Amino acid sequence: MKRPLLQIALLVLMAATVVACRDEQVILLPEIENVSQPEYTSVRGFYLLNEANMASNKASLDYYNYASGRYSRNVYERFNPGVVMKLGDVGNDIAIYGNRLYAVINCSNKVEVMDKNSVARIGQIDIPNCRYIQFHKGYAYVTSYAGPVDLDLSKQQIGYVAKVDTATMQVVDRCLVGYQPDGLAIVNDRLYVANSGGYNPNNYENTISVLDLNTFTEVARVPIAINLQYCLADRRGILWISSRGDYYHHASGIYAYDTRKQRLLGHIDCQTGNVWMDGDSLYVVGKGYSKITEDYGESSYIIINTLTMQVVNQRFITDGTDQAIAIPYGVAVNPITKDIYVTDAKNYITPGRLYCFGQDGVKKWDVLTGDIPAHFVFLGENLNDN
Amino acid sequence: MRKLLVTVLFLLCVVGTNARDSVAVRTSSIDSMQYLSTVVVYGVKPYDEVIPAQVLSGKVLEGLNSHSVADAIRYFSGAQIKDYGGVGGLKTVDVRSMGSNHLGVFYDGIQLGNAQNGQVDLGKFSLDNIEQISLYNGQKSDVFQSARDFGSAGAIYLRTKRPKFQDGKPYNLNFTMRTGSFGLANPSLRWEQKLSSHVSMAFNSEFTFATGQYHFRYRRLFSDGTLAWDTTAVRHNGDLHALRVEGGLFGVMSEGSWYWKAYYYDSKRGIPGAVVNNVWKTAQRQWDRNFFTQGSFRRRVGDRYETMFNAKYARDYLRYLNPDTTLMYVDNRFWQDELYVSSANKYTLLNDWDVDLSVDYKWNYLNSTLDNFVYPTRHTLLAAVATAYTWHRIKMQASGLFTLVNDRHQSRSNGVTLKHHSSYMRRFMPAVFVSYQPWLQHDLNFRAFYKRIFRMPTFNDLYYTDIGNIRLKPEYATQYNVGFKYQRFFTHGLVNGVKLSADAYYNVITDKIIAVPRGSGQYRWMMMNIGKAKIRGIDASATLALRLPGQVLIDLNASYTYQRAQDYTTPADRGYGGTYKGQIAYIPWHSGSAIVHAAWRDWGLNYSFIYVGERYHTSANIPVNHEEPWYTHDLSANYTWHVGKVKLKLALEVNNLLNQYYDVIVNYPMPGRNYKMTLKFDI
Repeated sequence: MKRPLLQIALLVLMAATVVACRDEQVILLPEIENVSQPEYTSVRGFYLLNEANMASNKASLDYYNYASGRYSRNVYERFNPGVVMKLGDVGNDIAIYGNRLYAVINCSNKVEVMDKNSVARIGQIDIPNCRYIQFHKGYAYVTSYAGPVDLDLSKQQIGYVAKVDTATMQVVDRCLVGYQPDGLAIVNDRLYVANSGGYNPNNYENTISVLDLNTFTEVARVPIAINLQYCLADRRGILWISSRGDYYHHASGIYAYDTRKQRLLGHIDCQTGNVWMDGDSLYVVGKGYSKITEDYGESSYIIINTLTMQVVNQRFITDGTDQAIAIPYGVAVNPITKDIYVTDAKNYITPGRLYCFGQDGVKKWDVLTGDIPAHFVFLGENLNDN
Repeated sequence: MRKLLVTVLFLLCVVGTNARDSVAVRTSSIDSMQYLSTVVVYGVKPYDEVIPAQVLSGKVLEGLNSHSVADAIRYFSGAQIKDYGGVGGLKTVDVRSMGSNHLGVFYDGIQLGNAQNGQVDLGKFSLDNIEQISLYNGQKSDVFQSARDFGSAGAIYLRTKRPKFQDGKPYNLNFTMRTGSFGLANPSLRWEQKLSSHVSMAFNSEFTFATGQYHFRYRRLFSDGTLAWDTTAVRHNGDLHALRVEGGLFGVMSEGSWYWKAYYYDSKRGIPGAVVNNVWKTAQRQWDRNFFTQGSFRRRVGDRYETMFNAKYARDYLRYLNPDTTLMYVDNRFWQDELYVSSANKYTLLNDWDVDLSVDYKWNYLNSTLDNFVYPTRHTLLAAVATAYTWHRIKMQASGLFTLVNDRHQSRSNGVTLKHHSSYMRRFMPAVFVSYQPWLQHDLNFRAFYKRIFRMPTFNDLYYTDIGNIRLKPEYATQYNVGFKYQRFFTHGLVNGVKLSADAYYNVITDKIIAVPRGSGQYRWMMMNIGKAKIRGIDASATLALRLPGQVLIDLNASYTYQRAQDYTTPADRGYGGTYKGQIAYIPWHSGSAIVHAAWRDWGLNYSFIYVGERYHTSANIPVNHEEPWYTHDLSANYTWHVGKVKLKLALEVNNLLNQYYDVIVNYPMPGRNYKMTLKFDI
């Protein structure tokens, strides 16, 4: 007598199984678009690291090939199909050193090491909460937020710089710096680290840490401004440091610090989302926000001459394309042609856009990217000295 | 089957929402129909809702392999669950793609509130003490209800079990033990006592312990079908310890009824977090303590006037801890208070014409350990006028809800109050419901409704550190719905009853509160009223009750949902990879469910199936954002027997029978095949 129940159950089960269908998830091939005419210089291409939103695990790598004029989205997954869970969560920095491409993947707690030409994975360097990377004499220096915890009530984590042997991909030493260290630059065997203190908005950091690379110890703290982020060195050994401000009374801006004279040279108020050094020109893009007025400021698209320390171009986009850019987020300049690349992070959760401008500020082309396109590195000859 | 069709005497049935409840029994699943002949309803002429609810109750609800209310709601058409996986994972419901903040959840007739984030985690409500779940689109289309019942775009009513006594026995004692996968141990106790001919008591307590560990699997293939990678791992930090204690008194009087109850829930749990490259474990913890006490009193005065009074006090505590020293250390605590009183008054002008005036007052307060916290307070005054008129076979109902909100907060800096702020907001929102039965001899009803309502920004939306925006306005939902329902019962033959219903709807969400970027700095988000969505959909459901030879009774329920939910937020973001007119994140075009419940003598067999079609996890509908469909088959069997006077019931369940590994929310893996065993003692 139990049979009718079973029969019905089986019938329905079979019917439901047949009706429903589900494909296996497959490795996606890069989406390739022709965006421009071929261009032949010693710069063969550039990689664009898309940060992607936290917990999305959608950090991705795009590549532009000058010789073909083709833009390829999502190349990492295609050339590393065997890597479990893809590139990772939140891509924060990218660099080339020697023949290797390094991508700092913040929330995956690692630096991904790849072949610079094939993007094939070589290995990874495990550094928790890693932020930015620089190289010097065979070592990589990576900032990290995840140092030891203060024993006081605030339970703040002190940041550190990890010293990584690029041959073995092992962390060989650590040096404590300030709270939440971000960008770093190297001038004459000295490493300068921009401390942000971003986890504690009531008490931002306002210093750079100076490390002696021979002893790998912190030798000085130099006050600059609050909540520092990027730190770039020009060819005269002057550091260009960005301060995000506090979104209240301290405006964001760029500060110039002379490492030889050891003094602050001055600053320029501007929105500092991202920066790029090209020769004697510092390109700055950003969109500010004030917590007092609860309004956006003007977006920045400026060029600073590092010799005169003046803004030489108040708006390097001249054709009105800036009106279409919601959140200017990344910037880069081709070292040969001087074409300017600016990314739009849009709403941070959907694909962004990359715009290419000539030196005249007129758009040449634009293309869809991954989520939050942010960090560039050019591929070519004699470009890898960072 | 006779044992299942026990004489159920709702001696104290007329409680709180009684008149509507008895209607709900009648209009609920056909399963309930089998009880109807023996249900004794005390009280007043029940006013039929213009548009009845989707209801899960009785054996069908009991047979579902569901642990929480959220699991059961998946079977309703139009409902989508956001499920972060596991026993302790967050589960919220979104009806007709309007967002979970537009859905009101009512517990024994009084709304569960969360002024902090507007979300009710239905994963925290166990089915152990629930006897009926109803889903209404628009609102419960009844006039005699509190003003808050008119105040959301959709509503779920959870009705807890009421004491029922049979054969003169003055008490019921019930002990249940559940165990199974995820290291689950879940004992519960229920005690019902008849205190007098007019008053009875119910007490219920439950403890849930689970390690929350389960295997999950992610894999990718090459497009030619060969394996790229395949990984299986254990989901960690999903443990749950939860205690629920609930008790109440239920009374009847001449021409009226009342109840009073108290509820306490205390839990600690891990927050498993997203699974991303190189991170397989997280350390975040959460503690919740929820207490509320509420009561309801209703009475008929004379032939034409009926009144109802509801009151509630709730206090909620939440602690969130991130002890992971590689990330930002966070240890935040929040305390919420809510005080609520309501008076509803119905007057019958003519036999088929009722009017209602309901007035509610609500007070919310939030306290927290956050730096420079603004201590928000909200006073809400709601007044609803409603009228229902029946003309031949046309039923009509119209209601208007007036809302007055006063929000207060302090601006603070370095622990010092700088200024007190106060703002007022007034709105009036209408709703109209109509149904028409063309033929008296056929139970076929056509129905339509229009409703416009808003949801207030939550305290988090307004004031949360670095994200909140005090300039937020309410978010609006406008709904249009047409549909029909047909049902027929048969006294002879194989078919016991059949019920079909379908609705087509169009919703527009404007001033939608969404997180948007605030510049290129490190505090990425702020809340703004800039979202816009349009949702066109179809809900359909069918129920069939069969009476097969050999005392086999079968209930079949099926539901189907089609939704085209489009994001209209950014008109400039068009083309490939753009969001304009893209299907909204996580809303499938097609979804559906099926339940088959079979009973034979002391045996019961239940099969249920859930299907969620392809979706995208953002409104940029391109391959990198694509999510495959998922579907689960659940099977359970139970057997009831007696040992002396003790009734025992043993149930065995297998969930996700085909062991499908899937995510509801991307990077939050759901469990594969899992098992549960339940043993119940009724004394």
